[in-house]
Amino acid sequence: MLKIDNLHAEIGGTPILKGLSLEIGAGEIHAVMGPNGAGKSTLAYVLGGRDGYEVTQGSVTYNGIDLLDMAPHERAAAGLFLGFQYPVEIPGVSNVQFLRSALNAQRKVRGEEPLSGAEFLKLAREQASALKMDAEMLKRAVNVGFSGGEKKRNEMVQMGIIDPTFAILDETDSGLDIDALRTVGQGINTIMRKPDKAVLLITHYQRLLDVVKPDFVHVLAGGRIVKTGGAELALVLEEQGYEAIAEAA
Amino acid sequence: MTEILSPPTHRDEAWRYADLDALAPVWPDIAGQREDIVVAAGETASRQLILESSDPNVAVKTLSVRIEKDARFALHCLANAADYGRIAVEVTLGEGAHFELGGAILGTASQTLEIVTDVRHAEPGGTSNQTVRSVLGGKATGSYLGKVAVARDAQKTDASQSVKAMLLDRTATANAKPELEIFADDVKCAHGATVGELDKAALFYMASRGITPAEARALMLQAFIADAFVSLDDDAAREAIEAKALAILEAIT
Repeated sequence: MLKIDNLHAEIGGTPILKGLSLEIGAGEIHAVMGPNGAGKSTLAYVLGGRDGYEVTQGSVTYNGIDLLDMAPHERAAAGLFLGFQYPVEIPGVSNVQFLRSALNAQRKVRGEEPLSGAEFLKLAREQASALKMDAEMLKRAVNVGFSGGEKKRNEMVQMGIIDPTFAILDETDSGLDIDALRTVGQGINTIMRKPDKAVLLITHYQRLLDVVKPDFVHVLAGGRIVKTGGAELALVLEEQGYEAIAEAA
Repeated sequence: MTEILSPPTHRDEAWRYADLDALAPVWPDIAGQREDIVVAAGETASRQLILESSDPNVAVKTLSVRIEKDARFALHCLANAADYGRIAVEVTLGEGAHFELGGAILGTASQTLEIVTDVRHAEPGGTSNQTVRSVLGGKATGSYLGKVAVARDAQKTDASQSVKAMLLDRTATANAKPELEIFADDVKCAHGATVGELDKAALFYMASRGITPAEARALMLQAFIADAFVSLDDDAAREAIEAKALAILEAIT
């Protein structure tokens, strides 16, 4: 589904990713773990297409198509979803307005009819309730005045509404309390654990992986994948720390 | 005459706002669009003003408003027309009267657009609230000059001004200047101004959800200028002026 080959990327001339390769097939959940500064968020932003993240070498294909050649909104329309570590506040634009514009923009690209206001609201309410988010929050401006946990929950509500085929979730678990973590984890399972979908889960901690069982765990250090294993690798990391693994690799 | 008709607003401080009186001898019509409004004691009046002119070079509208005891007047306006466009409002408030201004300055190319207010709190207990939002592209200049004068007797005056400008290009200019003249000693006069650009992080966030760059900009600008019109109670009137503003924004972005 997603194939990253020898990816090199830099920010403002500073190399961050140094030959990262990773292949993710349909139906798989991959966790990428690693120390601070390893390049995890850079990987997420490069895949999302953020300005200022320059790819100097390597390729990324999504279902055989060159992903790096697409604008961010085209990637989204192709089925990619980027869950932000720090969701952005947009004053004055309501969640409903934002998500309906997003969903209908994507549907338009796919040649589907736009959803009416009523259809959209029904869908939005269902997803909010699945993630235990107060439906009133849909009327509020995007992430404005939301707590850290509410922002992350809102990311998952958005994912539920947009229903992508491939999700890159950048530290979706950070800032969540234990209950919220379980709700969000179950949300990821419900929305994304399907044979035709896949997830790249970027996380620091084992805890989320107790709820969302990864098929593969990768250790990212120094801009490259230094070790790959099954779900058990996360437990080893939790016990021994990144340093030991990165050094042994 | 052309040398005198070159931009009446200059970018240096001293000449930032046009002095229409100085131009009157050579341009008699410039202050011609003057209108007097009186809101009688206890009454409430509302007015929407979209700057329009058959002359592509200049559009000037001057309102002179007297708001009597305990009356309210709300003005919502769009300064958008002509190479040089100006909305000037002189307001005199009676005891306990309220003046509400919501204005948007929407400019592009080499337009010079101004909203100039002169609010005189002449009696005690008057309140005024002015909200101006500017969206400026190209080499446009958008200026707000807000003068608030509080007379010696006008105790308990509460006046506030909020001015925010969004520059779509680095070549555009926004000016904001509060001018407070306060002779009473028990008053509140607040003013705030910001000049900024569209938040890139927000644009990327929207793009990552599939919203096209043009629509993302439109949504953000719409939200930005909406501040100027929230105080318009009449839903139909608010939607009408917002729709007009949106159409102008689409044309200039």
